[in-house]
Amino acid sequence: MRLGVRIGLIRGLASVLGVPLAGAALAAPDAAMQERLAPCVACHGGGASETEGVPSLGGQQADYVVTQLFQFREKQRTAPPMNDVAAGFSDDDLRAYADAVATLPPPAWSGPAADPALVTRAQALVSKHQCNSCHGADLAGRDAIPRIRAQREEYLARALTAYKSNDRPGYDPAMNEVAQGLSEADIQDLAAYVSRL
Amino acid sequence: MTPASRPTRNRGFAAALACLGLGTLAPGLSRAQETKASSAPPASVQIDRGSALYGRPEGGDAAKLAPVAGPPLATAAAKLPLDKLKVPEGFKVEVYASGLANARSMTQAPDGTLFVGTRTVGKVYAVLPQAGSDGKREVKTIASGLHRPNGVAFHDGALYVAELSKIWRYDDIAKHLDGSEKPSLVYDDLPKDEAHGWKFIAIGPDNKLYVPVGAPGNIVMPPDTHAQIRRIDLDGKNAEVIARGVRNTVGFDWNPKTKQLWFTDNGRDWVSEDIPNDELNVLTEPGKQHFGYPFCHQGTFTDPEYGWGHSCTEFTAPAALLGPHTASLGMRFYTGAQFPEGYKDAMFIARHGSWNRTTKLGGDVVVARPGPDGKVASVEPFLTGFLQENKYAGRPVDVLVAKDGSLLVSDDYNGAIYRVSYGQ
Repeated sequence: MRLGVRIGLIRGLASVLGVPLAGAALAAPDAAMQERLAPCVACHGGGASETEGVPSLGGQQADYVVTQLFQFREKQRTAPPMNDVAAGFSDDDLRAYADAVATLPPPAWSGPAADPALVTRAQALVSKHQCNSCHGADLAGRDAIPRIRAQREEYLARALTAYKSNDRPGYDPAMNEVAQGLSEADIQDLAAYVSRL
Repeated sequence: MTPASRPTRNRGFAAALACLGLGTLAPGLSRAQETKASSAPPASVQIDRGSALYGRPEGGDAAKLAPVAGPPLATAAAKLPLDKLKVPEGFKVEVYASGLANARSMTQAPDGTLFVGTRTVGKVYAVLPQAGSDGKREVKTIASGLHRPNGVAFHDGALYVAELSKIWRYDDIAKHLDGSEKPSLVYDDLPKDEAHGWKFIAIGPDNKLYVPVGAPGNIVMPPDTHAQIRRIDLDGKNAEVIARGVRNTVGFDWNPKTKQLWFTDNGRDWVSEDIPNDELNVLTEPGKQHFGYPFCHQGTFTDPEYGWGHSCTEFTAPAALLGPHTASLGMRFYTGAQFPEGYKDAMFIARHGSWNRTTKLGGDVVVARPGPDGKVASVEPFLTGFLQENKYAGRPVDVLVAKDGSLLVSDDYNGAIYRVSYGQ
């Protein structure tokens, strides 16, 4: 079912781009899609971001990306330069970029394993705050709920801090609600742990 | 900060701009083996018993439950789930308007123009009353960029719009459907909490503005400024709290006979699949009643955390129970003349549908009929079919008795308005 939907979305993207999609493999974006993604990849990387403050997009849920691009376009979420980037996007553009981004390979932690004490503290926080309820057992997200595993640490910390202060009102305020119960130390622990998954 | 194991180009915003348009895609990366983030804590980890979160389920089936926010783009008219919707014999349901992403609360002007607020997309819409030759009604966006403008109320030619913490008035709105009217600020002495911060508003038979302030979380001890309904003069002055212990009401109306305020209230999450129920309440003594939150839920169930030392007899019990986690939102008395006699003065209630439950419940419009004593005698399904095989095909938010006596129902999942009519 999900695979079918995804294939349908990619076919839709291909038709937007005017490129026939003759049996192209899902994991290998065709040339037109690569072209479309080039400006995204320039900052965000080809799945994993290497730029501080700029999130990794690989494996991100297409429904989540649509929502973020929509929020950038509507200036509901302030994140330069994305507000200017999305300003001229049509609804079809939002979907096409989101579907393209979702094909990028997800980031994976390649450094040393997290400190066991950190893991213990952070797993207790993950459990207490029901992170898995929405983001899934592996924190890879689903539908409009984002993949957060192996996301950049400083980006995760900044997102949680902004949810807590309400500087970043979520599309749905679920994260604003959850973040009210997080201390500064909790946020650092969660960001350090989730980024190392 | 990330340790040195991950290469970092520590550059600022200007650099981020500069790198737009540069770089290449690296398509050869393979999906890494993914390790599990534990869905349950190690045995050694204990949740603080004093925490309000103590007793919440951890992992297992409960961990598959999540709120569902509708998409920011409206469903195309041809793909609306109209063929799935069911109404009682003699009634008909049709699409009234489409293309209103995240359509939420509704209010109607005497000329039939329908105003619709949103929660997630920052817009307020106007639906023109006359359908075009293609059968479609034109939808105008009269405001955008607002912060959760869920509440709308039309009164004396003006449209009142409730953002999360500000209430605005758009004067002579009929002449400004193009969005040219600059609104006047009516009232902003409101908290800025995102949780339950979006508002339903309405203007009562006393010509006052009624404004709820939800609890700033699922189950918390609310400050004096929260978990209440306020009544305010139309100029924003003389705010008074008329009901306390209200967790989050997103719909209310006045009984046409008694003029008393009836309101829905959403019950707390996570305590159980089956309790507490959402409530239908009636305010009989403004300013004197407490409806239970966070101490007592559904009139009979003391909270596992905050209920100790309290009895539900201390609080005003609900007039009816609306099902566990059903997210009972908009409600209005049927004051039209089109529906059969049995619907006169009955309440239509939109149940958005549960997320905090394995088997979803709600996703419908129910009708609560009064008995001879004025109390609720029955609650029955009226418009169903939004819930299909434990998935939502749509989610009803508000109900409105239109000028012609039909019932309009908003659906924020599809961004559409449906019209239920009888005998036509």
